[in-house]
Amino acid sequence: MTTLTAPPTTAPPPSRTRSSGGAGKWKRRLPLLPALVFTIVVTQLPFVATIVISTFQWNILKPGDRHFVGLSNFTFVFTDERLRTAVLNTVVLTASVVLISVLLGLGLAMLLDRRFVGRGLARTMLIAPFLVMPVAAALLWKHAIYNPDYGLLNGTLNAVYRLFGAANGPTVDWVSSYPMPAVVVSLVWQWTPFMMLILLAGLQAQPGDVLEAARVDGASALATFRHITLPHLRQYIELGILLGTIYVVQTFDAVYTITQGGPGSQTTNLPYEIYLTMFRKYEYGQAAAAGVVVVLGSIVIATFALRTIASLFREEVSR
Amino acid sequence: MTDVPVTRAAVAVPGTGLRKLLRRRQDDQEAAARLSPLWTFVAWLATLAFFAPVAWMVLTSFHQEADAATNPPTPFASLTFDQYRLLFSRDITPFLLNSAMASVISTLLVLAFAVPTAYALSIKPVQKWTDVMFFFLSTKFLPAIAALLPVYLIVKDAGMLDNVWTLIVLYTAMNLPIAVWMMRSFLAEVPKEILEAAEVDGAGLLTVLWRIVAPVAAPGLAATSLICFIFSWNEFMFAVNLTATNASTAPVFLVGFITSEGLFLARLCAAATLVSLPVLIAGFAAQDKLVRGLSLGAVK
Repeated sequence: MTTLTAPPTTAPPPSRTRSSGGAGKWKRRLPLLPALVFTIVVTQLPFVATIVISTFQWNILKPGDRHFVGLSNFTFVFTDERLRTAVLNTVVLTASVVLISVLLGLGLAMLLDRRFVGRGLARTMLIAPFLVMPVAAALLWKHAIYNPDYGLLNGTLNAVYRLFGAANGPTVDWVSSYPMPAVVVSLVWQWTPFMMLILLAGLQAQPGDVLEAARVDGASALATFRHITLPHLRQYIELGILLGTIYVVQTFDAVYTITQGGPGSQTTNLPYEIYLTMFRKYEYGQAAAAGVVVVLGSIVIATFALRTIASLFREEVSR
Repeated sequence: MTDVPVTRAAVAVPGTGLRKLLRRRQDDQEAAARLSPLWTFVAWLATLAFFAPVAWMVLTSFHQEADAATNPPTPFASLTFDQYRLLFSRDITPFLLNSAMASVISTLLVLAFAVPTAYALSIKPVQKWTDVMFFFLSTKFLPAIAALLPVYLIVKDAGMLDNVWTLIVLYTAMNLPIAVWMMRSFLAEVPKEILEAAEVDGAGLLTVLWRIVAPVAAPGLAATSLICFIFSWNEFMFAVNLTATNASTAPVFLVGFITSEGLFLARLCAAATLVSLPVLIAGFAAQDKLVRGLSLGAVK
């Protein structure tokens, strides 16, 4: 069945010979043409436009002054202090959210990979954070949990302090004091279930006989995990990291809602900075150039992601 | 596998080895059995910790404002439907309708595009079908923010700002790759032998689709639509930047309502619960297929 991985040349082509070339090929292609044309028009043309706009000096506050400037917007993008901060913030935000949620997701997946009373219910409850609308989740964290006066976090601290006889708990303004961790925690809360689902599927796809054999051989739980489970999980972990990165790099809702990029530009990530350049500074050329840079960065990540998906995909097709 | 036996079994001395080994295994199993309630406890503790913010959101949504903003928190305050009543009197309805229209119509369009495409990628595959698959997937990896400016300019020129149909077109493009990948993985499960047998018997295309493909693919179709629905319903970036008053969706209502009315915690929680409810229901319904959709069909 491995021949299916290279279908154009090796798959048995009875219908191709039957339909004698051109017309048959087009008959096969016909069903996918609408989707292909639609996708190219809606997703590829805007990027061509972005590239074109990125070579213009174009600020709608100065209407008469739109002209070709070559690559100078890119010079600006790579030298601008704010944009450099935004790049750094994007890396910090994405890396911490993805890594922490992979680790927590792995822990949860292993806890759920056992039989226990109410496992189905626990899994259902655990995916709930992922299903809460991202904007709603961000508002929930900002106002109902982080609020210094009556948020759940300070409220609980206060209750605990009083329980132990202290007068009042500390009043921490979480979002102002720890802006980046505040955003990271709310995103980790949303993304951990995603990682858990992928890793749990990975754990459950483990061949049972290998685990049984390890147990019969007297391998300790730790050794089994290190030498059998972890290597098996590797591609699932990679997939989780890559897909998570692709989604979290694009984070807009949480930054927009919880910190609006502040204080200062401490939590401004690239999507939010591009948004500000576009709709607050009206510097279309610069926004487009930053967009091109983001796309190039994404292509790097996507190449790795596509490779991982391709290997899982080949496995599936050849199965 | 080769490094594994370097454990207790390898230490076993000949003669007494087997008995010792058996006792060890018994010990291990007993230890595991003793630890089992502990791990169950940890699992439930972690679950409750993750679920707590959701529970708090729902609980607060049934409180009066005065009980919602207390320190320390008062979880056992009396319950009320007032916040939900207020939301509907504050006209959340048009926003919910816009969200419903954008997500339902875009999901239907996605299926209309994706099902024939998946057919041409699995049942009667075109040449280089894997390349086509990966082209669709690569569009999903391009950050939407980079498309915002040109999309905004084009939509403005076309007089389509603040129009639900603009969102419908964008959401269709956004979800199409996911749907193509998911539907292909479901259609690939249709047994080839039966398809060939049907063709030999001279069954027409419609008969094949209806009698053979549909029964196998129907659950996949349902799961795919639920996932497309979830992503469209939650989308915020295009919605907040391309709509103003007529076409705004539920997430835009949420942020607008905070800035325009000041902070009413209980009502915010009611709004957050209300707008999340359709996705929570869809997600719980599609639980088993959720991971397949999120991993683009790569993980089952």
